[in-house]
Amino acid sequence: MDALAPDQRRAVLRQALGVGVATGAYGVSFGAVSVAAGLSVAQTCALSLLMFTGASQFALVGVLAAGGSPFAGAATAVLLGTRNAFYGVRMGALLGWRGARRAAAAHVLIDESTAVGLAHASSRPAARLGFAATGVSVLVLWNAATLAGALAGSALGDPRRLGLDAAVGAAFLALVWPQVRGRRALAVAAGAAALALALVPATPAGVPVLAAVGVAVLGGLLAPRGAAAPRGAAT
Amino acid sequence: MSAVAVTWLAVLGASVGCYLLKLLGLSVPASLLAHPVVARTALLLPVALLSALVAVQVLGGAGALVVDARLPALGLAALLLWRGAPFLVVVVGAAALAAVLRLLG
Repeated sequence: MDALAPDQRRAVLRQALGVGVATGAYGVSFGAVSVAAGLSVAQTCALSLLMFTGASQFALVGVLAAGGSPFAGAATAVLLGTRNAFYGVRMGALLGWRGARRAAAAHVLIDESTAVGLAHASSRPAARLGFAATGVSVLVLWNAATLAGALAGSALGDPRRLGLDAAVGAAFLALVWPQVRGRRALAVAAGAAALALALVPATPAGVPVLAAVGVAVLGGLLAPRGAAAPRGAAT
Repeated sequence: MSAVAVTWLAVLGASVGCYLLKLLGLSVPASLLAHPVVARTALLLPVALLSALVAVQVLGGAGALVVDARLPALGLAALLLWRGAPFLVVVVGAAALAAVLRLLG
């Protein structure tokens, strides 16, 4: 990481903190929703600390709140967590970490850390810093916010009133924005979004996002024959 | 087993499962990415998943699509991104617009 110029390093860290604040703030709503779903404060905090992948956490407490069994909730959470494995396939080569570092990196392998890491894919030191700083930033703020939300419960008010739900969508859009370059990436992005929306009314929470994996595979398969592999390119 | 113990088992079991999936992904050998189709797919996966997340975050409701203040907020975010605005401006701008729209009812 010492290969980075100080101003580039500052820019990456500022972005990591920005993502952490935007995502972490939403942890308040997770804490409140989880306690409302019947989990204890300790169980709620354990989810944010140990599972640490927001969509899976929301899925688990969502199933419980809807009257599902804890095992159905766990299965949905793990199913949704498979997308982190796909992120890992991409990030493993980019980060190039082994042993204890890889084991630690795995814990903070989430949407946000992947997106920031990929935003700096042209430089391994910058990608590592972006990934790790975002992972730690989100981990700390998400857990602090979860505890606050769980303790305060619904007394804190609806996070929607503050527009926090819209902030999450905007954050994901800002993260995917630099990655959508070229017609194929644009088609995959549009196809995945359309498929997810079509599946929302018909499938359990989590499935619409998982289905996007199929669109990505299709995009990879249908690319013109003879075209060079776009490895490292921000396509 | 008590209900509390079953819930703890689900919380801890699912947490272990989610961690192992993360570690499994990171541990896939890089040589696997040498194949052009796999390389293209690996690059497209985050694009597809993040795009689906945007769509579900902005229009998703409890088992149905819901159009509310999140949609104009996303439009503002896209406009700001197109104009090259920094990340925090995009996120805070979208949240502020959604909050104002809801305040106005």
